[in-house]
Amino acid sequence: MPEFTQPQVQLSGVAPEIILLATALVLLIVDTLIGERHSRWFLAAMATAGLVAAGGFAASTWGDNELQLSGAIALDGFASFVKVSLAVFGLLTVWVGRDYLRRDSLEDSEFYALVLFAVTGMMLMAAAADLIVMFLALETFSIALYVLVAFKSGSLTSQESAMKYFLLGAFSSAFFLLGIALTYGAVGTTALYGGSDPVTEPGIASFLSTSPAAGAGLLVLATGFLIIGLGFKIAAVPFHMWTPDAYQGAPSPVTGFMAAGTKFAAFAAILRLFDATLFSLRAEWRPLAIAMAVATMILGSVLAVVQDDVKRLLAYSSIAHAGFILTAVIAANDRGVSGALFYLSTYGLAVLGAFAVVSVVSGKDEARVRLVGYKGLFYDHPALAVALTLFLLSLAGVPVTAGFFGKLVVFGAAVQASYSWVVAIGVITSAIAAFFYLKIMVRMYLEESEGEPVPLPVGRLAAGVIAITAVATIGFGVVPGPLLRVAEDATMFFQPAPETGQAPLGG
Amino acid sequence: MNDLPFLDITLFLPLAGALVMVLVPKGLEAVLRLVALLVTTATFVVSLGVLITFDTGTRGFQQSTELSWIPEWGIGYITGVDGVSLWMIMLTTFLMPLCILTSWTIRTQVKPYFILLLTLETGMLGVFSSLDLFLFYVFWEAVLVPMYFLIGMWGHGRRIYAAMKFFLFTLAGSLFMLLSILYLYFAPQGAAAPTFDYRSLVGTPLSLEVQILLFLGFFASFAVKVPLVPLHTWLPDAHTEAPTAGSVMLAAVLLKMGAYGLIRFGIALFPDAARLLAPVIITLAIVGILYGALIAIVQRDVKRLVAYSSVAHLGFVVLGLFVGTIQGMSGGILQMLNHGLSTGALFLLVGSLYDRRHTREIAEFGGLARSVPVLAGIFLIVVLSSLGLPGLNGFVGEFLVLLATYQSYGWWVIPATFGIVLAAIYLLWAYQRVFHGPVTVEANRHLEDFHVREYVMFAPLVALIIAIGVYPKPFLERIEPSAQKVVRQLNNASVVPETSGLAEAP
Repeated sequence: MPEFTQPQVQLSGVAPEIILLATALVLLIVDTLIGERHSRWFLAAMATAGLVAAGGFAASTWGDNELQLSGAIALDGFASFVKVSLAVFGLLTVWVGRDYLRRDSLEDSEFYALVLFAVTGMMLMAAAADLIVMFLALETFSIALYVLVAFKSGSLTSQESAMKYFLLGAFSSAFFLLGIALTYGAVGTTALYGGSDPVTEPGIASFLSTSPAAGAGLLVLATGFLIIGLGFKIAAVPFHMWTPDAYQGAPSPVTGFMAAGTKFAAFAAILRLFDATLFSLRAEWRPLAIAMAVATMILGSVLAVVQDDVKRLLAYSSIAHAGFILTAVIAANDRGVSGALFYLSTYGLAVLGAFAVVSVVSGKDEARVRLVGYKGLFYDHPALAVALTLFLLSLAGVPVTAGFFGKLVVFGAAVQASYSWVVAIGVITSAIAAFFYLKIMVRMYLEESEGEPVPLPVGRLAAGVIAITAVATIGFGVVPGPLLRVAEDATMFFQPAPETGQAPLGG
Repeated sequence: MNDLPFLDITLFLPLAGALVMVLVPKGLEAVLRLVALLVTTATFVVSLGVLITFDTGTRGFQQSTELSWIPEWGIGYITGVDGVSLWMIMLTTFLMPLCILTSWTIRTQVKPYFILLLTLETGMLGVFSSLDLFLFYVFWEAVLVPMYFLIGMWGHGRRIYAAMKFFLFTLAGSLFMLLSILYLYFAPQGAAAPTFDYRSLVGTPLSLEVQILLFLGFFASFAVKVPLVPLHTWLPDAHTEAPTAGSVMLAAVLLKMGAYGLIRFGIALFPDAARLLAPVIITLAIVGILYGALIAIVQRDVKRLVAYSSVAHLGFVVLGLFVGTIQGMSGGILQMLNHGLSTGALFLLVGSLYDRRHTREIAEFGGLARSVPVLAGIFLIVVLSSLGLPGLNGFVGEFLVLLATYQSYGWWVIPATFGIVLAAIYLLWAYQRVFHGPVTVEANRHLEDFHVREYVMFAPLVALIIAIGVYPKPFLERIEPSAQKVVRQLNNASVVPETSGLAEAP
């Protein structure tokens, strides 16, 4: 029996976030104290240390299952999994970023601090057990990203895309906030779980389990607004408009970070909110999610086909991937949650690797981002071409890459939940998507480069990142078992009751 | 039984060779060729172990290996061989060294070329030996990538278009198969954990509607690969533009992957759907026989002609698989082997012609029999084998298939038989225009005849072509027990004659 305990402040649930915040602040101060005279390798080193410490701490809380800070923070396996992945994503971004910034003479402590702030917000997103905390987390990482997108201070496109991203992002945050307000109106609380006694410690989940009918109409409306707010962040159609512009204008390492990290954080919130907390309302939100998934998969794949800028192409590809992951959300079963975790972590690695290659190939000031710039890359720079091929094959979902197994598990979850027809659409759009990944490969291998090969200096850190992500992409493809097992053990504080009784394909 | 896992060694030896080749420096092209030849020959020698230890009396799978791979999803590394897959494995390992030999003339990007060729071999062998649906799908797709690069990087003419078309057609088909596999995986509602193990999935009770849907999912993938009309349009482009070794592997092995899949998965997993849809598939097969042959007649490019002849020949294979008798099934499987040998040989010969004249236009040749008599002689034997002359290998399979068609479907045999007549027309007419008549182009007057490398390549091929034609028993008696099992599944265990009768013939 749980005994009554004195209210006490436990911080282990937010310790990784605190570590990152502290690191970022110290980093900024140290930079001003040292000044411009010295080499700045220690900035990246400090960021690295902070991320390693935060990731390590998140990993050390593995297996805990409790609420902290008056039920505002969930300390569970799910949050640990997401936080460790995000720390890795941040780490890779910092490394690629350092080489990138040095090449374009942009290196500043702000970059590292902003990446750390963004990771802080994303981590908090995964642990948030209260809608208000979720909103704060969302804003924290969004604001950091608005600035990061504009980090190429000399570039007009970078400024323009940051502006677009900011305006649309602020708009979507307002929707999310409205959703929170409506939820409060319906339930009387913004806490997701609440305590054991629904009267004294109300929560959305306990509210739904005790009085499913009362106030449900308002809650359904709120659910719609919450979907819109998070739909912006995962770049789901029809809330995807900002994606191509922001992806194109942002510095390539930041683009990779947005694709990997933002998606993971927002999907973590979606999974916790919809597949767990609002599970019993699934009959209401599922049609919406299905419509979004179908539109996202189709539009993302089809529009990517006509792009001739690599970053825009990968932006549409990331839209399509949001659709694929949404099939796991629709499934709303255990396999769906663990499948989405597996998918997001491996997708993040592949997309970070791809953008690491893009930031190397694009050259100084990102002059070469059009597809023609990749002509004959294999003949001039075979290692870069082979690595990019690997990432593209993983994104396309070709076997023995991690991307294939990810697709298998999310599609499998949807088939298990009797949504085979959604998977059928996913399958068709995957074939369309293969076409544009192939388009890049055609440029790299099947066409000869024109004129003299361009020298592409690959920094040691960037090379390391490309190597790590490439090995991980193959490794998790050949031996996906261990990562999948961890994803399956990464349970949320509240678990949906397993869905049974329906035969697959019946719907 | 021998203890050595010959099958698994055969499977991974080429991949290991490919990894070794990654370490060889780029400049040492002679070393790279030699390593490739040694590895593929060694693979063939090891696969002979599979053949020798193969137990003729067993219907089910033998030489099985079972290891856990991804236990979370019930995925295992399960391999095994039976009468259906045995000759496909042998065909692959037998042809691969010949493909390496014919690739001696490759001059650009030698290292990636041989690495891809060896990776391709592991992929193809994996398709034929996997008994886990996940593993099967992995190998199935793994074949796609090396072949895409082989066509795209070392092909001719419209290679990019051909490679792209090949990749997208095949991928689109196989994604539907993936969906079906996933559905099948979740289908058993009993207490047992879901599994991808083929042996436990056979006999899964499914309603007829579901069976048809799942069958069509698999069929989408296999029909593209075979190919069945109207899904064949990738084939002429891919076969024609690919480098010689690529064409040989496409025709001899990759098409067989489709036919093999139809037997192993299409028929065995969904017998009711297969039985129901058999008339439709047989119609498509007969249309393919006639259409492929008619289009082949009017080709001006030798390689394209051979490519279209594959559409026709594979029609016979599919016809045999679906008529529902043991003769048809055995004949179809034997025809898979025969087509691999004769069409593989045809593509190799066309490659030899191309190496000498750098053209494939029939009109550019003429009277070659005078300048290259040995090549002409070998070409004739292979052509005769391909058009089904009694005494050579092509006859046995097609005869069995036609016999079975007559028994089950009566007059349907007439258009199919007409296909053989058409085959004689397009092959002999092309042969006549290339090798006989006056020498019209001066360059054809003084061509070099076979050199040692080509003698080494074609001697074993011709020997096998004659051997199967004269004495098919050792081949058929290994096919028949497993063929019989599949036919029983197709006919729902109704009465099936024990053998085709031919295996017992002296």
